Amino acid sequence: MTDILQLLVAGLATGGIYALVAVGFTLLWQTSQTINFAQGEFVMLPAFFVLIGMGYFGLAFWPAVALGGAASVVVLGLAFKKLMVDPMIRHGVLPLVIATIGLAILMKEAVREFWGADAWPFPALGATTDVTVFGAVFAVQSLLILAICIAVVVALQLFLGGTLTGRCMQATAQNPTVARLLGIRVERMILYTFLINGALVTVASLLITPIYLAKFTNGEWLGLYAFIAAIIGGFNQARGAIAGGLLLGVVDNFAAAYISSQYRTAIPLLILIVVILFRPQGMFGRIEERTV
Amino acid sequence: MRRSKFVLAFATLMLLSGAAGADVKFAYVGEISGSIAVSGGNFRDGIILAVEEINAKGGILKEKIALTLYDTQTNPGVARSQMQKAIDGDPYVILGPIFSGNVKVTMQMVRQAEIPDFIGGEAAELTTLGSPYLFRTSFGQQIGMPKIANYIRDELKAKTIALIWVNNDFGKGGRDRLIKELTARNIKLVADVSTESGQVDFAADVVKLKAANADAVFVYSNEEECARIMREARKQGLKGPFVGDTTLLSQKTIELAADAANGVVGHVGLTADAPIPAVTQFAQRFQKRFNYKPDHNGIKGYTAVYAVKYVTEKKLGKFDRKGFAKTMHGLTITPQDEPGILMETTWDGTGEIDRISFLAEVINGKQNISKVLPKLGK
Repeated sequence: MTDILQLLVAGLATGGIYALVAVGFTLLWQTSQTINFAQGEFVMLPAFFVLIGMGYFGLAFWPAVALGGAASVVVLGLAFKKLMVDPMIRHGVLPLVIATIGLAILMKEAVREFWGADAWPFPALGATTDVTVFGAVFAVQSLLILAICIAVVVALQLFLGGTLTGRCMQATAQNPTVARLLGIRVERMILYTFLINGALVTVASLLITPIYLAKFTNGEWLGLYAFIAAIIGGFNQARGAIAGGLLLGVVDNFAAAYISSQYRTAIPLLILIVVILFRPQGMFGRIEERTV
Repeated sequence: MRRSKFVLAFATLMLLSGAAGADVKFAYVGEISGSIAVSGGNFRDGIILAVEEINAKGGILKEKIALTLYDTQTNPGVARSQMQKAIDGDPYVILGPIFSGNVKVTMQMVRQAEIPDFIGGEAAELTTLGSPYLFRTSFGQQIGMPKIANYIRDELKAKTIALIWVNNDFGKGGRDRLIKELTARNIKLVADVSTESGQVDFAADVVKLKAANADAVFVYSNEEECARIMREARKQGLKGPFVGDTTLLSQKTIELAADAANGVVGHVGLTADAPIPAVTQFAQRFQKRFNYKPDHNGIKGYTAVYAVKYVTEKKLGKFDRKGFAKTMHGLTITPQDEPGILMETTWDGTGEIDRISFLAEVINGKQNISKVLPKLGK
């Protein structure tokens, strides 16, 4: 029983990070028809901005986090939109997708070239101690990760549903033409989405890097898992992305513990295949129809 | 007549300039990126330091060493193509790979090219595959595992072991050898958890180790994975002692695992913390040059270059690859013969290495040597 509890909490903590990254996927798709295959590298990069702040500018951890966060929002939000998405989206979704694949390779190799191929330790956000609940030992870090992920997702949902700007962003996602007719500044709403994605990947990076270490290859597997989570949950629903991420984290952990650690990476892919075959819109997604 | 004199003068000038600028080529074919870039980078930097020192003193037989680096990306397919590129460059010696899987796929190519190759791989079978041109720079698992099994039996007095290992040539070889040694000492294996190279999440694996409730936990993986395993193990409150061989106690693992590495014990073949003045001085020079402390891979790369220098200058007096390989078999080099070798080292007829080694414990983020173990040949 204690093992199951531990696996569940560890899985939810990892799944929470997948959920944050997957929500970014879905937000970008909904508002701007952007599928960003560099999303994993977007999570890898903020950690290195923080390390640069600490290593080269001599900042303490939290000031470096502030600097890294600001740099991430500007580079991964604003610059990404202005320099890549806006010029490419005119030519359709596929050229943009290919461009983001190229961007992922560029980011990964740039970090390897300028920072190095080694893994680097990264400070934890909270205490590295344990708590015991019902006989099961939980790391404070895992509980913190879960709490932060929940808080961020709740805050995002409140923002999107409870503020004027958020509702305008939702309107833009649902129908940009009508939104424009209603006087909503559509371009600005899309920009906000990119900035929010920049912030989400920064949070994910700060949560995951202390455990997995800062390394240029971190984005590969994380981007893949987050993409699978978004598909499983529903690519056009933020709720779906959250559910998909949490489910994936838990299933991955339990599969490794009770089925086979050698085939753990196959289980999420099997789930993906089943979902695509029998419910292609995802668990919580809407069926989208297009006029031909 | 004037024309022929001119041609003769020109040809002489070209020959002289060629002789004056002659370099001896070394090739490093190693893991500069990929899942064991930590090890490959250390090995490379050890080589670079040795090459710079030797070139500053005039090189080998008055020829400067020209080192070319080739990155295998910790990928066997890439390793083969990079090794072929290296061979095409006609080097005097090849250094690396470190990843045992890459050594296996490239060793026949090197053998056919008849180029001496100093490898960093530690998988037991590498020296049993019959290449007369292959030489280790650290113990094979068949040397290290008996030593650590004795430690488990005699010092830890453990009757049961939970083993977690990386599923590659290095990990499989070590696992198989360890099981053999444990069985011979009536120590039971109660958990046998395989993990993947480059794996980042070990939560489920640590749960399995906890469930085994063993007297000790043996961790056998690459440096980054060892660090992640230790962090997860401490996170989940897995009780030790944690035992390993070289990689678990390496400098990079300690750096990455931070406090999670404290209390780890094990056997180390090479360490910058060895109580040997030559090793300490090497570590200081390495730290000054590269701004980080070397691990055992740095020592491996460094001593390999000096072994080449010693054999070429003192034993052969010329650049002769076949003669080099023949001379290496059965050779012992002492620090008196060549200070760059740091510790007395012997190679046998299969290219297997023998030196003193150490038992160590990590205390407050530092590797502390608790015992020096003699060479097997003494």
